[in-house]
Amino acid sequence: MVDFQLAPEQEILRQTLAEFARERVRPAARAADEAGAIDPQLVREGWELGLISAPVAEWMAGETSTRSALTGAIAAEELAWGDLAIALRMLVSSLLTLPLIEMGTDAQRRALLPRFAGQNPALASAAVVEARFDYSPGELQTRARRIDDGFVLDGKKCLVPAVEGAELILVYAASEEDAGRRRHDAFIVPADSAGVARRRERNMGLKALETYELTFDGVRVEASGRLGGERAVNYPRLISQWRAGLAAMAVGVARAAFEYARDYARERKAFGAPIATKQAVAFMLADMAIEVDASRLLAWETAWRLDRGQDAAVESELMRRYVANATLQVTDSAVQVLGGHGYIREHPVELWLRNARGFCAFEGLTMV
Amino acid sequence: MIDFELEPQVVKRAELYHAVALNMMRSIARKYDEEEHTQPWDFFEAMWAASRQEAGAQPDSAERQGARAGGRSVETAVLVEEMCWGDAGLFLTIPGPGLGGAAVRAAGTPAQQERFLARFKGERPVWGAMAITEPGCGSDSAAVTTSAVRQGDYWVLNGTKIFCTAGQLAAEKSDGLVVVWATLDRSLGRAGIRPFVVERGTPGMSVVRVENKLGIRASDTAAIVFEDCRVPLDHLLGDPELKRSAGFKEVMATFDATRPIVAAMAIGVGRAALDFVREFLAAHGAPIRYGLPASRQTALEAEVVEMEVQLKAARLLTWRAAWMFDRGMRNNLEASMAKAKAGRVVTRITQKAVELLGPLGYSRELLVEKWMRDAKINDIFEGTQQINMLIVARRVLGYSSAELS
Repeated sequence: MVDFQLAPEQEILRQTLAEFARERVRPAARAADEAGAIDPQLVREGWELGLISAPVAEWMAGETSTRSALTGAIAAEELAWGDLAIALRMLVSSLLTLPLIEMGTDAQRRALLPRFAGQNPALASAAVVEARFDYSPGELQTRARRIDDGFVLDGKKCLVPAVEGAELILVYAASEEDAGRRRHDAFIVPADSAGVARRRERNMGLKALETYELTFDGVRVEASGRLGGERAVNYPRLISQWRAGLAAMAVGVARAAFEYARDYARERKAFGAPIATKQAVAFMLADMAIEVDASRLLAWETAWRLDRGQDAAVESELMRRYVANATLQVTDSAVQVLGGHGYIREHPVELWLRNARGFCAFEGLTMV
Repeated sequence: MIDFELEPQVVKRAELYHAVALNMMRSIARKYDEEEHTQPWDFFEAMWAASRQEAGAQPDSAERQGARAGGRSVETAVLVEEMCWGDAGLFLTIPGPGLGGAAVRAAGTPAQQERFLARFKGERPVWGAMAITEPGCGSDSAAVTTSAVRQGDYWVLNGTKIFCTAGQLAAEKSDGLVVVWATLDRSLGRAGIRPFVVERGTPGMSVVRVENKLGIRASDTAAIVFEDCRVPLDHLLGDPELKRSAGFKEVMATFDATRPIVAAMAIGVGRAALDFVREFLAAHGAPIRYGLPASRQTALEAEVVEMEVQLKAARLLTWRAAWMFDRGMRNNLEASMAKAKAGRVVTRITQKAVELLGPLGYSRELLVEKWMRDAKINDIFEGTQQINMLIVARRVLGYSSAELS
């Protein structure tokens, strides 16, 4: 039955994260962007929220998973409202833990998941995106070649977050199967494997989140390193999960920009009255409000499909495109509402515009 | 708990309505577009019989329709989308309480509701209509000049109303009613505006014109003149003693209920165009492919998937607004969001559909050009896109209509 009300536990989570984002994340955002680094203490505080460790603990306790992509989306929106780069950094290990819980073999889960529990967790990341103008997650060019006792990876990835300090990287690659049929696989690769080279990237946004270009040159992975073993992974579903998480974060960024512009327009006076009383500005704000809500509903709908066990491949593709465009439009409008002040780095709207543009390129930067 | 799944019985009804749309509406859509000002009485009779049958099968449906909490706006939105997928003009002619009935439900006392809505349970098709717009005021509905003056046991109405949907069917062609918004005292502004029920055949009410329109030509859009039109005192909807009660709020309450439904109408037309374009392209060797990088997607595919997701966004906003109404939540903001978005999106989708099919889209051989003409009304009636944007802006900024006009 159609319902738009959060479950009580989702509402509690939302409020908790909203407060954390307001009190801890937002105040740190500008300094982190300028410095190109996030305060490790803040990252630890983020870990203590339990967003990554709770599903791990559930698995370790042998409980049925209560993980929900929709709940994850609600959480991701709130964190990203504080700051996108910090939110991504706080959630980065889930790029390994969540696929592992859902699609890993028992041996893989037993070996790796305990490292992501407790007070001194390991750090993991994932390598999905490739630096090509015609990049598509359905056509990866990083290759996995089968050899006797495992696989050999060759290729180049970009936008890999938080590699410094990461022990494990989940690398996505196309592998040749029998009869020349190509499939996409995920490989658990220790970050210090021979043949892995890294270079820190410089991007328009997400400056606080260290992202890397990774080169894989004949990197050998044991047979047991393929996520899911012989069964492998449900790759279309993973793509949809990235998209749901990223879209929820985009909504957080767009909402931040909308709210800031709205409040500014109520304060800022021109020609003797707040600029928000002029239709030219008021209508921009109305449009922004509509697009934020439309984007959220689309993101939720994809997450809801995932929670029902669907892959939502087409839905997530369309949704992703919509939300990326809407978020760009909303953040651009926010800069516009602030006029010249929006262009100055004292206000956060230019940062949100830079971050928002990335949603056309981000894929596999988060998972909910 | 967030859920986007319709109940099985709603899905079943939607399938039924889809069959009606396909078999009974699509088949005559072009005819009543070309033959404006003629009426499909066979269609009316069939729809009337079907609705009576349905009401008989669900004896509580009339009562439930009147109730806000536990209402069925989401279901209505789904069914209206199906029917407007069939034909929006014909949908607007389907006999029933319509906007007039919505006003009676929103503003009338229980006794008035029972009395005025009883006619919609009879043997013959009956229509209800609503008259707000005047030659001198459209969006600024607080500026109505049609007057209501008390004379003894009667209200006397004087003025001219235009753009009254199904006005002729309600006022002349059936035992219907028209809800007329008139001012008791112009100096009171909005507070002076009240709704009056004028029944068919009331002396002094006359349909003076039926408009020639861009689209929805099957539906009659009437100009109605009230000249010393006398109605009994209890035809003023609501409590007659509350002279200063907020009449305008009652108009707005009507809109909070109907705007999501108008949005659903728009979505039905948009889906008709989108479905057609997609099927037509596939049949002619250009199926829409998903999952390709932008560099290999055709411009056509990019347009179609954009149309698809825009339509979906509008539908989700619409369902949310309807759901809030059903739950008794204030949905003024969300209803206007849905209406503004759906009207705009569907206007664009249908215009694009004409473009994507080239000269075929422009031809009256296909229905695509008709859908474009039909769709545009959704950007205008029940509050233009601009009025709805203004409402959204006021709500998100916390401004009154005086602060943001």
